[in-house]
Amino acid sequence: MFAAENGLKGDPRLEAISAAIRVVPNFPKNGIMFQDITTLLLDHKAFKHTVDIFVDRYKDMQISVVAGVEARGFMFGPSIALAIGAKFVPLRKPGKLPGKVISESYELEYGHDRLEMHVDAVEPRERVIIIDDLVATGGTLSAAISLMESQGAVVVECACVIGLPEVKGQHKLKGKPLYVLVEPSGIDGFC
Amino acid sequence: MLKMSVNEVKDSRIDGIKTKIRVVPDFPKKGIMFQDITTLLLDSKSFKDTIDLFVERYRDMNISVVAGIEARGFIFGPPIALAIGAKFVPLRKPKKLPGEIIFEEYELEYGSDRLEMHARAVDSGDRALVVDDLIATGGTLCAAVNLIERVGAEVVECACVTELPELKGKERLEGKPLCVLVEYR
Repeated sequence: MFAAENGLKGDPRLEAISAAIRVVPNFPKNGIMFQDITTLLLDHKAFKHTVDIFVDRYKDMQISVVAGVEARGFMFGPSIALAIGAKFVPLRKPGKLPGKVISESYELEYGHDRLEMHVDAVEPRERVIIIDDLVATGGTLSAAISLMESQGAVVVECACVIGLPEVKGQHKLKGKPLYVLVEPSGIDGFC
Repeated sequence: MLKMSVNEVKDSRIDGIKTKIRVVPDFPKKGIMFQDITTLLLDSKSFKDTIDLFVERYRDMNISVVAGIEARGFIFGPPIALAIGAKFVPLRKPKKLPGEIIFEEYELEYGSDRLEMHARAVDSGDRALVVDDLIATGGTLCAAVNLIERVGAEVVECACVTELPELKGKERLEGKPLCVLVEYR
């Protein structure tokens, strides 16, 4: 569900966040209008708004784990985790984590990839938020949910800054609630 | 080599942080005692102490940019940037950044790699920190410093949570200011 439909309608912070996101046409390939959050990170106020909105939502939900998907999930997750007193757990590409891992594969447009997590990172019954910058098909987030559930943890919600049109109207991903701040910015936006 | 150490202040929080870092022998290859900060991230208080120590050090130094090195620099850099009111700039592996980039090549043990930055993210008036979880060979940190200096900005300091001293990264930095929270003597 989008933040504007869920309590934050008309919130000027959402407009500031949207305006700070840059659209890069034809990246990584022709036809893709890439949503570039690096310009959001250059706008201290808008970046802070982004974190604050997630913190306000999750701080009273007894969340003990914020899991971030490599690599842009790392840019948002830790600040949220610190503010709500939760652990931060990085979900990584294969071969990066040094300890014993569990992994889950997911589909790409062509082929597969894998997401890994340290086996000792989450415990059964822990309440988890999974964060990434953007949700498109939901493939990576679904893999992340599977990793958490394999350890007996409970995914309370998946949270993303941007949600592509595919997810509009979808409130759930693999049965789990999905919370998104903004829709994709148009080409006339920032820069 | 100029090394400003927070250990000189003997802050008791550093001992706590050190106990939370897990040592993984022979990763990524034999002979390296890898410093795994993921266990530090599982301890909310110690993770907060880590960020607080950096924020206390830098908040009055007019830092306008915190540049984080992919990927573990993305974990520590943004909380510091948010707390001190600076921009966060990700320094990335090739082909990840979508806009116009500048790059710096650096040597690996076998071959070379490249660090990229968006061309207009940093400008000549900026005072920057470079953040990563640890300093190993110093290759990526050097590349990061070079990138930022190339656009005319000043690198005030490189900041790392810990180090792999056997890989001699401090020497490779050749006198650039470096702060390591958890040092191994």
